[in-house]
Amino acid sequence: MDAESMEFIDSEPMLSLRDLRVSYGDREILHGITFDVMREETLVILGGSGSGKSTLLRTLVGLEKPSSGEIWIKGKDIAKLSNDEMDEIRKRIGMSFQGSALFGSMTVGENVALPLREHTKLEDSTIEIMLRLKLEQVGLAGFEYYMPSQLSGGMMKRAAVARALAMDPEILFFDEPSAGLDPIIAAGIDQLILELKKAFRMTIIVVTHELASAFLIADRMVLIDKGNVVAIGTKEEMRASKQPRVRQFLDRVAEPEVARELDYLQMLTEDRRSVGVPGGKRGT
Amino acid sequence: MELVSQIGGGVTNGLAYIGSLTSLAGRAAYFTFVAPFRGKPLRLQRAVSQALEVGVRALPILSLITFFIGLILALQAAYELKKFGAMDLVATAVAISMTRELGPLITAIVVIGRSGSAFAAEIGTMKVTEEIDALETMAISPIQFLVTPKFLAMIVMLPCLTIWANSMGILGGASFGVAQADFTWGRYIRTSVEALFLRDIVTGLIKSVMFGITITAVGCLEGLNTGAGAEQVGRSTTRAVVMSIFMVVVVDLIFTLLFFFIGG
Repeated sequence: MDAESMEFIDSEPMLSLRDLRVSYGDREILHGITFDVMREETLVILGGSGSGKSTLLRTLVGLEKPSSGEIWIKGKDIAKLSNDEMDEIRKRIGMSFQGSALFGSMTVGENVALPLREHTKLEDSTIEIMLRLKLEQVGLAGFEYYMPSQLSGGMMKRAAVARALAMDPEILFFDEPSAGLDPIIAAGIDQLILELKKAFRMTIIVVTHELASAFLIADRMVLIDKGNVVAIGTKEEMRASKQPRVRQFLDRVAEPEVARELDYLQMLTEDRRSVGVPGGKRGT
Repeated sequence: MELVSQIGGGVTNGLAYIGSLTSLAGRAAYFTFVAPFRGKPLRLQRAVSQALEVGVRALPILSLITFFIGLILALQAAYELKKFGAMDLVATAVAISMTRELGPLITAIVVIGRSGSAFAAEIGTMKVTEEIDALETMAISPIQFLVTPKFLAMIVMLPCLTIWANSMGILGGASFGVAQADFTWGRYIRTSVEALFLRDIVTGLIKSVMFGITITAVGCLEGLNTGAGAEQVGRSTTRAVVMSIFMVVVVDLIFTLLFFFIGG
């Protein structure tokens, strides 16, 4: 991360976590996460509900502040950056949200163009060309004047990806890309991710619990359970792993004990910090 | 002791709430006055479309309501003034009450019902669908993008609406005056205008600007603090309306006291 290691720049991780801890109030959700994401690799973060994988993703894109630990992106520890400095990092990453999070009051084209309008001084005509390009890359050519409410789930997902791609990000994040989609459409999204991988050689980080998607798109996987890294490795290594928690997850073995009611209640009712996080659906 | 700790808790929560409101208004002010000089220009187009919705579209309902209020005021004033044979003072009573107090207040309440709730619902829904998070990950400040245009629109529109409301109220009073108190339209309006001092109108307009800031701050704060799910959006909207009404009345009291003591 300094001049001396310039010669190793190709093997330098794109993103590094060191002993990352995240808490909501008194409850620690992530207990010291450490791993690297290499350049141009696709890392899938696997985990069940309540594992902390969504919290991890939110922290990586700066939506949550860690309570301790380091997150290094491009030589900067984002855990310690000011908001303005973090904004510079955010312009280099893109995120596709679980529910697409398209702005309902704007057309698809306006959604994709928004980062360009806000962060660049490009002419409207240039932005017009760029947004058409992005829409074509995700297979939505011609849909720029549609409103999000007129799109199907799969199309909204694609539009969200187009928007995430608007500023040509170096790292692309996906939160549950297959969520709520039927298997065929979900496979289409998987294919899209693979195409993006090949065409742009981006670093891609995907949070999912869909095993089929994970094994299709991943280079490496990391399994998170109850806020800890349980296993990390290439997909072959994971498939062959003998670790009990990994086998349980991959072989879809049901939990023997019933989840404690108190834990569940606590999760639902706990006070998220200030202008906080939606508590309900995120059991993670 | 229970009661004391409850009161104490209530006071600290109240102060914390006011703190959040001020913080939100402060950040919006930053994006209005400071950020444009640091390379983040004001996007006036969004403010203009908000102003259209907040102001222009409120005119029909505001006109009707304030016309009726003016009429009601005239009726109530006449009821007492008749005993003293001072029906001529109806015009004065209505004009001063409208411009100093009821014009700004009723306008604020109509705007709360239309726009305060809409702000909370819009932003609350965006919170639930992760659109606020999406803005943040795109390095776009939700305050700059969503809240600042609303503040600008309200600060401009509320005084305009209040002037309109004052006029409609006087017209409402005039309809009583002409029908029941031997006024002509001309004489009534002349009398109203002559009764008013500049400070009556100005204090009312200052209050209306403060009401606008309050309504926007509460509506947007409640929206941003929405919990998860559609039910929470409903709660935020309700809270926004109720808290706005309360805060507007508090602000009204503060400024009325202020103007009273500085001779306005």
